[in-house]
Amino acid sequence: MTDATLHDGQPAPRKSSLHQLDALTKKRNAAESRFKAYGIVAILIGLFFLVVLTVTIVRSGIPAFTQTVVAVEFTLTQEQFDDAESKLMKTGAYQDYFIAAMEGKLAERGIEMDFDPAAIERLLGKIGSNLREHYRANPGDLGRPVSFELSASSRVDGYFNGRVTRDTLVESRFLMLSDLDLVDALSDAGLLKQAFNWNFITGADSGVDNPGGAGIGASVVGSFFMMLVVLVLSLPIGVAASIYLEEFAPKNRFTDLIEVNISNLAAVPSIVFGILGLAVFIQFMHLPQSAPLVGGLVLTLMTLPTIIISTRASLKAVPPSIRDAALGVGASKMQAVFHHVLPLAMPGILTGTIIGLAQALGETAPLLLIGMVGFVARGYPDGFLDGFVEPNSAMPAQIYTWAARSDVAFYDKAWGGIIVLLVFLLAMNFVAIVLRRRFERRW
Amino acid sequence: MYDALHRQKEVDVNEIKIAARGVQVHYGDNHAIKDVDVDIEDKTVTAFIGPSGCGKSTFLRCLNRMNDTIPICRVEGSILLDGEDIYDKRVDPVQLRAKVGMVFQKPNPFPKSIYDNIAYGPRIHGMARNKAELDEIVERALRRGAIWEEVKDRLNAPGTGLSGGQQQRLCIARAIATEPEVLLMDEPCSALDPIATAQVEELIDELRENYSVVIVTHSMQQAARVSQRTAFFHLGNLVEFGDTSTIFTNPEDPRTESYITGRIG
Amino acid sequence: MPLLWLIVIVTALAAAGFFAGRARALQSAGGNIRDLHSLPSYYGWNVALKALVPAGGLLLVWLLAQPLYVNATVSATLPEAAIAEGSSRDLLMAEVRRTAAGLDSAVAQGLLSADEARDPQADPDAVSERLKEAGQIITSQITRPILDAAQMFRAMNATGALIMDFAVLAAALAGLGFGLRETQREFRARNTVEQGVRALLLAAASIAILTTLGIVLSLVFNTWEFFRLYPATDFFFGTTWAPSFSGRGGASELGILPLLWGTIYISIVALTFSVPVGLFSAIYLSEYATPRVRSVVKPLLEVLAGIPTIVYGLFALLTVGPLLVGVFGKDGLNIMQSGTAVMTAGLVMGIMLIPFVSSLSDDIINAVPQSLRDGSYGLGATQSETIRQVVLPAALPGIVGAILLAASRAIGETMIVVLGAGAAARLSLNPFEAMTTITAKIVSQLTGDADFASPEALVAFALGMTLFVLTLGLNVFALYIVRKYREQYE
Repeated sequence: MTDATLHDGQPAPRKSSLHQLDALTKKRNAAESRFKAYGIVAILIGLFFLVVLTVTIVRSGIPAFTQTVVAVEFTLTQEQFDDAESKLMKTGAYQDYFIAAMEGKLAERGIEMDFDPAAIERLLGKIGSNLREHYRANPGDLGRPVSFELSASSRVDGYFNGRVTRDTLVESRFLMLSDLDLVDALSDAGLLKQAFNWNFITGADSGVDNPGGAGIGASVVGSFFMMLVVLVLSLPIGVAASIYLEEFAPKNRFTDLIEVNISNLAAVPSIVFGILGLAVFIQFMHLPQSAPLVGGLVLTLMTLPTIIISTRASLKAVPPSIRDAALGVGASKMQAVFHHVLPLAMPGILTGTIIGLAQALGETAPLLLIGMVGFVARGYPDGFLDGFVEPNSAMPAQIYTWAARSDVAFYDKAWGGIIVLLVFLLAMNFVAIVLRRRFERRW
Repeated sequence: MYDALHRQKEVDVNEIKIAARGVQVHYGDNHAIKDVDVDIEDKTVTAFIGPSGCGKSTFLRCLNRMNDTIPICRVEGSILLDGEDIYDKRVDPVQLRAKVGMVFQKPNPFPKSIYDNIAYGPRIHGMARNKAELDEIVERALRRGAIWEEVKDRLNAPGTGLSGGQQQRLCIARAIATEPEVLLMDEPCSALDPIATAQVEELIDELRENYSVVIVTHSMQQAARVSQRTAFFHLGNLVEFGDTSTIFTNPEDPRTESYITGRIG
Repeated sequence: MPLLWLIVIVTALAAAGFFAGRARALQSAGGNIRDLHSLPSYYGWNVALKALVPAGGLLLVWLLAQPLYVNATVSATLPEAAIAEGSSRDLLMAEVRRTAAGLDSAVAQGLLSADEARDPQADPDAVSERLKEAGQIITSQITRPILDAAQMFRAMNATGALIMDFAVLAAALAGLGFGLRETQREFRARNTVEQGVRALLLAAASIAILTTLGIVLSLVFNTWEFFRLYPATDFFFGTTWAPSFSGRGGASELGILPLLWGTIYISIVALTFSVPVGLFSAIYLSEYATPRVRSVVKPLLEVLAGIPTIVYGLFALLTVGPLLVGVFGKDGLNIMQSGTAVMTAGLVMGIMLIPFVSSLSDDIINAVPQSLRDGSYGLGATQSETIRQVVLPAALPGIVGAILLAASRAIGETMIVVLGAGAAARLSLNPFEAMTTITAKIVSQLTGDADFASPEALVAFALGMTLFVLTLGLNVFALYIVRKYREQYE
C-alpha cells in the first residue's frame, strides 16, 4: 500500500539542535506571547471596569449618607418667648433671636459678618417655625441652653463635597454666591459639622425641589413586600414544577412544550414581563396600580424560569442510587422524592432561589410599567396587609426616579440608593455562598 | 546544521535514538515512574507493555513532553534525544514535538477537512513554501498512512466522517506529515475493530523503515507481532527490557513471566 | 368577611380534616396500623387536600372572575350620554372605580356612614365634597351617572364577596365531608393523595405555558387594537418617530425604523466591545490561567453580571457620559453634543455583557474534548496555534450561539438605554449622537398619564411585540445552535 518511491524523494530530516531555537520557532513563540497577552489584557479590562464601577459607586454614594448641620447652642428665656408669641410675625421673631445668637457665636470667635435673614432661610430652611414648635412642645426648655442641630440645605452639602463650587454656582433663589461666605464663616467658627443622615435611610421620597429630604426607607419597604410575594410564590411553584419535570414528567409533547417555554422565558427581556403585568394584572384583572403585590407577581413570573432551571440542576445532582435505595425498600416514587431527594437537593434549591430573588430585587424596567415609580413612595404603609396593596415604589425604581430628575442634588441620592441596594444584594449573595459552602455535597 | 551525533545516518539499525536515564515522574503525591533507564533504537519498533496503571503511557508521554500540559506532573532524570536532553531549559517543547510525533489512543481528527487535518502540522511548522508543495506533502503523508486510496476523492470532506480505523490512520498520516524522527503511539488500536487493527499494525511495520516507533499496547499479541524490542513495566518500574522474542519466550524476571502467561494484569 | 379570614378558616378546616381523617382511619382499623392500606397520615392528607384544593381553586377563580363580571355589568349600565367628548367608556369606568374605592375608604375611616355611601338620593356634589375633605383622590367632580354606577359597583362587589364566602366555605365543608366518608380501612389513601399531588405539580409546571400565553395574548390583542388606529405599514416602514400627546388623533408619526436602528446600533457597539474582551477572557481563563487565578478572576468578572442594570444606567448617565463628552465634546474633538449617546449606552452595555459572553464561551471552550488539544500538541503546535486553529474552530458554533444570546440580551436591555442613550429617535450613523431604542420608548410611552386607548400608548404594545419576536427568534436560533454543538461532543 505504501508508495516506496515517494519516500525516496523525501527531503532529508532537518537536523537541528533542540538546544537552539530556529527562527520560525522564535516567531511562533512571539505569536504565542502576544496571544496570551491579549487574554491578560481582556481580563484586566474587565477587572478595571469592576474597580472603576466600585470606586465610582462608593465615592459618589457616600455623600448621601451625611448631611451638613449647623450646631448652635441657644437659650430662649420665658420673656423672649412671651414676647415672640405676642408678635404678629411669630416665626420671624424666633428667627431674629436665632440670628442674634448665631452672630454672638461668630463674634465670640472673632468673626464679624453681616448677612441678611433671607440667607439663613436659604441655608437652613424655616428655622423660626422649627424653634417655635420645639418650645411650644417643650416649655420646660425655656430658660436653659438647648443645642440645636439644624440640617443645612442640600446645596450646602454640595458645596462641601465639591459638587457646587464658587465658579460653577448659578445664583438662584436656592443659593446666592454671598451665602457661601456665610457658610465659610460658620465653618471657620466650627458651627458646621457633618452628621449621619438618618433621614436618608428611614425617609420617603420628597418633592422635586427638596433633594435634602429624600430618603429611601419607604421604597426599601416596597421592595421588601415585593420580595415577600416573590419568595412565597416562586419557591413552592418553582420547586413543584422542577420536581414534576425532573422526576415525574412523561416524555411527551406537552412536557417538551413546557421545557421549551421555560428556556425561552428565561431569555425574554424583563420589559416584556412589565407589559404582561400591565395588560393582565392591571388592565384585565384591575389589581391596584403601583402595588407591591402586582410588582411581586410580575417579578415572580420573571424569576420562575431561573429558579426552575437551578432547582432542576440541584435535583439532577442527587445520584440515582439514592432514589433506587428508597424504591428498593418499598417507598413509592413520590415518597422517594419527598423523603430523600428533595431534602438532599434543598441547599442547592435555596441557593438558586436566593440568587433568583437577588436578580428580582435589582430589576427596574417592569416596575416602571406597572406604576411603581419613585414619587409614589411617599410614606410607609399603614399595616402589614396594606403593605401589599398600597402604592409604593421599590429601591431600583426609586433610584431611577432620582436619576431622571433635573436637580443634580438628587444624583447623590441615586448613588446612595445604589449603595443601599448593593448592600442588600451582597447580603443575599453572601447567604447563598455560605449555604453552598456549608451544605455542598460532592457525590 | 550538521550535528556530530548524526554523522552516520546510514549506519545500521542499532543507533540509539532516545536514551532515558533515571527518569522519575510524580503526579502530585503519586510516584508514577520510578527510576527508569531505557534506550530506544532508531528504525525499530519498541513496545511498552504492562498492566493498567503501570506507568507505560506516562513514560511515553515524557518522551515528547506531553506531560507538560498537566500542571501537577513533575519529571526528573534525563531523556536524551540524539544526545540532547529534552528537559533542558533551552528546549522548546514545540520544537521537540515536531521531531517526536504522537498518535493517541482514541482517534482524534480535528473537526476540519481531511486535507486540513494533514496540512495542519506542515503549516504550523512552515514546511511548505506554496500550495503545490503542501499538496505534495499531504499526498505523501496520506500514502504513507495507507489511506490515500480511500480518501483521495474526498479530501475536502470532514475528517470526523471517516470510520474509526480510517480516522486512526488519518491521525497517523497527520503525525507523519510533519516528518518526525520518532513516532510515539499510545495504544493506537484499542478503539479499533480487528480488521482496522490489522491495517494499522501493517502500517506500523512499514513505518519502521524510516522512523523509530514506540508503541504502548495492552495486547501482548500485538507487541509480539509488531515490535523488535519490548519493555515490561510494572507498578512504575521498568522490570525487563530486551528483544521481543526473548521477552516472550524466555523472560528473566518472574513478574514478566506471570504477566505474559496471564497471571497478573 | 375579609379575605384573610376566609383563607384562615378554610386552612383551619383542612387542618381539622387532617386530624379527623387520620383518627377515623385508625378507628376503622381498630387501632391497628397494619390493617390499613396506607399510613394513617395519608388518610389525613386526603381529607385535608379535598377540603383545601377545590375551595382554594374556587376562591382563586372567583377572585379573578368577579371584577371582570362586575366591571362589565356596571359598564353596560353607563348611559352613552355620560361619556364626555374625547373620553371613553373605559376612562369613565376608571373614574367609577376610583369613586367606589373613595367611598370604601371614607366609610372605613368613619367619615361617611355606610348608609350615606349607599344612599341613591345622595347629592353627587356633596359626596365629592365629602370625599375631597376625606383626602380621597377624586380627579373630577362626581356626576350623577358616576355616583350611581359607583354605588352599583359597590353593591355588586359586596354581594359577590358574600356569595363567594358562602360558596368557598361550602366547597371546603363538602370536600371535608366527602373525604371523611371515603376514609375507611381499605381505601387506597396513599395512591389518591399521590395522584392529587402529582396533579398539583403538573399545574405548577404549566405556569410556564400560561405565562407565555399571557405575554402573547396581551401583546397580540393590544397590537391588534393599535393597528386598527394606526396603519401597520406606517408603523413598520415609517422613518419618523414623533408621537404627540397633546393633539389627540392623527398628529403622531409612529415609525419603528429609527427605534430599530437605535436598538441595533447600540447593540452593535456593545457587542464590538464585549465580544473580543469576553472571548479573550474566556480563552485565557480556560486555557492559560492556573486554577488559583481562575478561582479568583472568574467570580470577580461574574460580579459584573450580578450588578443590577439600574446601576449601569446611572454609571452611563453620570460617569461614562460626562467622561466621553470631555474627550469628544466641544472641549475636545467636538463631535459629541451631550453625554447621552449611542457610544455611552453601547460602551456601558458592553461592560455588562463581558461576563455574559465570557462565561458562556468558557463553558463552550471547556466542552471541546481534551483529545483534540492533545492531538495538536502532539504535532508540535504551540498553545495559541492549538487554540486558534483547533479549539476555536471546533467551538465556533457554540460561540456563535453565545454571541447571539448576548445580542438578544443587548436588544432587550432597558435601563441602560433609558438613562444613557437619550430620548431622540433618529436615523444617523454618528455613534456620538443621542438615539433611542425600542425598550426605552416602551417605557416612555407607558409611563406618565397616557390614555391606554390612544395610539400613542398602544404603540408600546406593538413595540413590545416586535421586541418579543426579535429576541425570541434570536434565542430559539441560538439555543438550537448551542444544543447541536453540545450533541456533537457528547
